[in-house]
Amino acid sequence: MSTYDADELGWFGGVGAFGGRFMPEALMAALDELDIAWQKAMVDPTFIAEFEDLLQNYAGVPSMLYEAKRLSDHAGARILLKREDLNHTGAHKIRNVLGQALLTKRMGKTRVIAETGAGQHGVASATAAAYLGLDCTVYMGEVDTERQALNVARMQLLGAEVIPVTSGSRTLKDAINEALRDWVASVDQTAYLFGTAAGPHPFPSLVLSFVRGIGDEARQQCLDQFGGLPDAIAACVGGGSNAIGLFAGFVDDPEVAIYGFEAGGDGVETGRHAATIFAGSIGVLHGARTFVLQDDDGQTVESHSISAGLDYPGVGPQHSALSAAGRATYLPVTDAEAMDAMALLARTEGIIPAIESAHAVAGALRVAKERPGQTILVNLSGRGDKDMGTAMDWFHLGEAGEKQ
Amino acid sequence: MTGTRTAFEKARAEDRAALVGYLPAGFPDVDGSIAALKAMVAAGCDVIEIGLPYSDPVMDGPIIQAAAQQALEAGVRTTDVLRTVEAVAATGVPTLVMTYWNPIERYGVERFAQDLANAGGAGLITPDLTPDFAPEWVAAADARDLDKVFLVAPSSTDERIALTTAASRGFVYATGIMGVTGTKQATAAGVAPLIARTKALSPNGGADLPVGVGVGVSTGAQAADLAAYADGVIVGSAFVRTLLDNAGDRAAGLAALAALTEELAAGVAGAVRA
Repeated sequence: MSTYDADELGWFGGVGAFGGRFMPEALMAALDELDIAWQKAMVDPTFIAEFEDLLQNYAGVPSMLYEAKRLSDHAGARILLKREDLNHTGAHKIRNVLGQALLTKRMGKTRVIAETGAGQHGVASATAAAYLGLDCTVYMGEVDTERQALNVARMQLLGAEVIPVTSGSRTLKDAINEALRDWVASVDQTAYLFGTAAGPHPFPSLVLSFVRGIGDEARQQCLDQFGGLPDAIAACVGGGSNAIGLFAGFVDDPEVAIYGFEAGGDGVETGRHAATIFAGSIGVLHGARTFVLQDDDGQTVESHSISAGLDYPGVGPQHSALSAAGRATYLPVTDAEAMDAMALLARTEGIIPAIESAHAVAGALRVAKERPGQTILVNLSGRGDKDMGTAMDWFHLGEAGEKQ
Repeated sequence: MTGTRTAFEKARAEDRAALVGYLPAGFPDVDGSIAALKAMVAAGCDVIEIGLPYSDPVMDGPIIQAAAQQALEAGVRTTDVLRTVEAVAATGVPTLVMTYWNPIERYGVERFAQDLANAGGAGLITPDLTPDFAPEWVAAADARDLDKVFLVAPSSTDERIALTTAASRGFVYATGIMGVTGTKQATAAGVAPLIARTKALSPNGGADLPVGVGVGVSTGAQAADLAAYADGVIVGSAFVRTLLDNAGDRAAGLAALAALTEELAAGVAGAVRA
């Protein structure tokens, strides 16, 4: 239990500060039931053993901690990569869905619903549902179903139903709205596999409990392989599940600096970005008090990012609390910086990162300038296969015959 | 006793349920929504709920979503909602605002409560704010004797119904179905157990807190069925639909709205009270 954890009502950073549970009464009993079932499961050795067995033997966890030597030469600091991109389904998200789906089975529910932006959480949810024999419905903004058709196909092949969401801005935030509407009507038999460490209590804490292996493993690996803690750690932040998973391992090590990199889109000054903590204000969105991109009347403003996984106008409440407490620093990385970092990592290390994770790499390159020669541990949260369409457009790739 | 309670008491004295009607402010535009709400008052609504359009309405189905989105795209502001409240409250009918929480928090809870009171508004209905997360609103409302209408649902535990009814003033809003607005139909058989539990768990056995049933109510026949159990019947999506269906013809929309109000008013009056 860290001083940065939530209290029993889900408040981070003190009562009323961040988090909480701003939800329809119709869902309150289910959220309480989930909270109790989760807390019991987390102290049940059988559940923990089953979860860890799945992580090791199905998901390929623990992911390695890899010293990126050629990238380090380029950066002027030692860069370590936590290789979550090597997990089954290609990202850290498998940890969260396996935990939540196991909990769903334990609670005797037969159906799961999920929202997805880029499709990664949807694919992970469909995968866990297939593995555990659960029905699965995934809500995805219509705009995203068009730009991520490959992931729609993956979910369908895994047996999930993908429902395009046509309300509002037809992106991730509207997919969450629609999943919540489904859940209000189906809560008896259905569990909502929330895709990030946001939403109403207990989701931010529950998701953290399933992804914190990222940070716990990385801390131990760093000690074992390099004989000490890193000087700084970095992760990308959309909703913030990969980041909170990494940060959790290090928040109580005051000598480790913590950086979260948000999507700066076209540049924060253009207004087209998803830098929620850096440029947003405190409000309530999707059940939690947190930083939000909103207008003067509290209407949610659409976010923009080249990376669908970071394209969200809210953020997990624990990140807001870590920022307010000064424990972590949140900065924007533009689309262009992220794409440059994607190419750089590909060409120096032979690793094609997800564009989300490329934001963390780009941020780490900036941190390296301020910390020459130091050790910076970066969460490489996902792989870039899903982003090749975007990369082809951005870099004008795909025509053989000339080197780009 | 607040104005809303008085309206419920008056209906009870007439041996009927109160009819509570909802429309979002700014739909089809601000003046159009004022005209529509006044038409609902004239045709027999006892209490009015004015929706504050919000970008992420998780308790609303497609009909109210469409109206709210249209209002937002036309640029409706929180101040326009308050202007609408003032115009409708001037008719003498208790007028509440139904709103998701973030716009109130953004406006400032104290400031909104004061401006709502100044506009003659009766209180707030808060579909995504429960009493356990509402200390600022409870304090601001209590300081001004504004109604605090919280919701109970078929899934609510007895403990939560007791908590919610103890914190509510004006009436308590019982959701007729498990689901969002404008989708499924509520039935008397489905709602009666929740109403009975709510009455039994309210302070004073419910003598001081009327129970309104909403979400899933759209016809006069349904209103009559539900009025046999509830103190009030709340209708939203069906009213919005009359305006959506007559989008090109304001006069026809108002006529359809008035006709539906009369049908529902006859429904709540014609019930065989349980």
